[in-house]
Amino acid sequence: MTGIVSYGAYIPIYRLDLEDIEKVWGTQRGKGAKAIANCDEDSLTMGVEAATDCLQGFDRKMIDGLYFASTTPPYREKQTASIMAAVLNLRKDVFTSDFAGSLRSGTNAIRAALDAVKAGSVSNVLVVAAECRLPAPDSDFETQFGDGAAAFIIGASDVSLEVERIFSTTSEFIDVWRTDNDLYPRTWEDRFVLTHGYLEITHDAILTTINEHNLKPADISKAVFSAPNQRAHITMAKKLGFDYQRQVQDPMFSVVGHTGAAHGPMMLAASIEQAKDGDSILFSNYGDGCDCFILKVTDHVERIRHGKGIKKNLSSHMKLPNYGKYLHFRNMLKWEADRLPPPYSSLTTYWRDRKQILSLIGHKCINCGKVQIDFPVQRVCAWCQSKDNFEEVRLADERGTLFSFSMDERTRDLDLPSIMAVVDFDEGARFMTVMTDRDPEKIEVGMPLEMTLRKFHEGHGFHNYFWKCRPVRD
Amino acid sequence: MESIKDKVAIVGMGCSVFGELWDKSVDDLIIEATSEAFEDAGIGPKDIQAAYAGTVTGYTGAAISRALKLQYIPITRVENECGTGEDAIRNAAFALASKAYDLILVVGYEKLKDYGYGGLPIEITKMPVVHPVYETTNTAPGNYALAATRYFERYGLSREEGKRMLAKVSVKSHYNGARNPRAHLRRKVTIDQVINAPIIAWPLGLYDCCGVTDGAVAAVMCRTEDAKAFRDDYVTIKGLGNSAGPTQGAMMSNYDYTHWEETEHAARQAYEQAGIKNPRTELDMAEVHDCFSIAEVIAIESLGLCEKGRAKEDIDAGTFTQEGSLPINISGGLKSFGHPLGASGIRAVYEIYKQIQRKAEDPSRQLKNVRMGLAHSQGGQPGKFVCGVVIVGAP
Repeated sequence: MTGIVSYGAYIPIYRLDLEDIEKVWGTQRGKGAKAIANCDEDSLTMGVEAATDCLQGFDRKMIDGLYFASTTPPYREKQTASIMAAVLNLRKDVFTSDFAGSLRSGTNAIRAALDAVKAGSVSNVLVVAAECRLPAPDSDFETQFGDGAAAFIIGASDVSLEVERIFSTTSEFIDVWRTDNDLYPRTWEDRFVLTHGYLEITHDAILTTINEHNLKPADISKAVFSAPNQRAHITMAKKLGFDYQRQVQDPMFSVVGHTGAAHGPMMLAASIEQAKDGDSILFSNYGDGCDCFILKVTDHVERIRHGKGIKKNLSSHMKLPNYGKYLHFRNMLKWEADRLPPPYSSLTTYWRDRKQILSLIGHKCINCGKVQIDFPVQRVCAWCQSKDNFEEVRLADERGTLFSFSMDERTRDLDLPSIMAVVDFDEGARFMTVMTDRDPEKIEVGMPLEMTLRKFHEGHGFHNYFWKCRPVRD
Repeated sequence: MESIKDKVAIVGMGCSVFGELWDKSVDDLIIEATSEAFEDAGIGPKDIQAAYAGTVTGYTGAAISRALKLQYIPITRVENECGTGEDAIRNAAFALASKAYDLILVVGYEKLKDYGYGGLPIEITKMPVVHPVYETTNTAPGNYALAATRYFERYGLSREEGKRMLAKVSVKSHYNGARNPRAHLRRKVTIDQVINAPIIAWPLGLYDCCGVTDGAVAAVMCRTEDAKAFRDDYVTIKGLGNSAGPTQGAMMSNYDYTHWEETEHAARQAYEQAGIKNPRTELDMAEVHDCFSIAEVIAIESLGLCEKGRAKEDIDAGTFTQEGSLPINISGGLKSFGHPLGASGIRAVYEIYKQIQRKAEDPSRQLKNVRMGLAHSQGGQPGKFVCGVVIVGAP
């Protein structure tokens, strides 16, 4: 039986209070906050976080497919899944593919993975959905959108959720769109869009799915379905006859926001955290049609809850100090002309050190056992001077402690002060990098740190990703 | 191996005004410094047989021949980041000792204020260590601040105690530099001013950081046996040290960030040549690399001028002030006199040269009985330095 083997999730640490948006525009925004990607995050880096969470306790060699889903991939032309496969140290013969363009792309990828596993061409597919959508300032979307990611391993053995039924519909309905020339998503009058789009299409698809499976709404333990906003979500539950309090998965609108292609998958991850052996989960995701799944929870589910998931990501958060910071993070204004030269990069150097840069590979000296990491990649051991006598050690998943730090107020970082950190890994290596997702008031020598892939700069027009450290998010 | 001690002499020196010299080109600075040095040595440009250029910002050695219209003589450019100056002198000394030349001009020069923004020009600080992502956000104050954080941690100083110790260093440098007519930042500051100044890279504030300075310095050098022909009060080289670290401090977990390994190696070489057993008592003054206040504190310890971890006691006791037993950075140092990278090491020697000759500008700065002094500069960042040390003294 094919199904979900593991799950993972990621929510960026920053929250923007709707009140702060209200203060800027003077129009009511309601209560709550939305999750905002840090200035060094995008759909790839958030996807990597969710994938890492999902892979905990699993041998990465077992993954033979990686599907990445987002309407906001970092490149318009260039695959994201292939970068992610390198970051995650997956096998070279992994089949990578991006699913894009639709809010349904997350479940499109899940369904494609299930089909591929069923067809036998792959055994385990890592599906990652991540989103970092840019809403127009002072729009309804600005109140609604949040950032986040979810990931699943789809496979056929040791599944925690068996997929009992899949049903999909397609629809040419235009409700949310963005052309090549649009910076922000557009929409039409919401009453029309909801009535003939989301409400009609999702309702029909879910009803068909449960009817065909000979179920009634009351038989569903948890109904996990996406919606454009809170009101539409409640309306849908009523239309289908679900008990909102007892049966319906919280869509997290007031704590995370609508996370686009990742929204349904993140809700599913949250429901798995609560799921019990034998539960029937209805999972539905809307966008240019609707994907529906009936999932049966197995006793395996208890064994895959060691990651951070939604819960721990929700509970660790920092308030974004103000709306101005948000404008900077998303680069939403025309700023003062930069007098500094543009950031330097070189694709050649980046390629030469790709393993060290993308998956933070360090080197363990076979002669003296010391682990080290430096750039460019060193061939002579700093400790015993043996030459070309190393084995590779992945440091990206290791924890470390802060040996020293400084807080620089004068770098071109968007989130000043820029925290320079000297990190001593538990493995014994030392690594100098930048600390992100931190409160400058709470930085102390000796504090525990974990590594996180971030965007360093856009030198020479491409995304220069590398590893930063952050205070452990537990 | 033979010691270089007393084999080579400095017979003339010159120093441009230091500062933000908007109206001066690098050629102007070179002409200013060399004109004074030529006059000081009683020679003209045509007497020079070879030149050594100390510069970081990418002008070739030909900047000297261009400015002075030197006619096709050999010029070597020396570049070791901020450790450049001493190394230009060191190479010139060896060329003289080998008798390849009889009279050499050494010029350190830097034009840093043509870039349109504060701090060191990114172009020059990034180019020697080109990497797309590693250490791309590092800055000089950020790097040295790592050492300050560790120094506080290691010696149990609270943030306030640590900041106060560093402030005293800057107060002293500004007090000295304020009275030095050619210095860049000529104003006295108080401890409170230093402590309350805006943070640049925590824990370092504005007054913990040196200026970004335009300037040039020149020296005319010959073998000691020829020195008398130029002047009676020449000084001789007593020792030369240079240490290029394997740049591994930042990657080895046993590096403590509270000592400068390269400085210790370079100083050892120079002390051995000079026959110095106890630098604290045998040296009469030192011009040490104080691009940041913490740099001076650790340099003092790594040069062996006080015991490790005891700099604070000496700072509190005033040991390194003008009246103290071992005045340090009587010029004002990089902090107040200014720091035109490649010129700074030669400028440090310039101060010792003038003090030995009892010609310190502004007589209130003249130290008593200086017979021997040490100049120290280092380029790079903690754990990854190149260090140069020059000890000069009366013959």
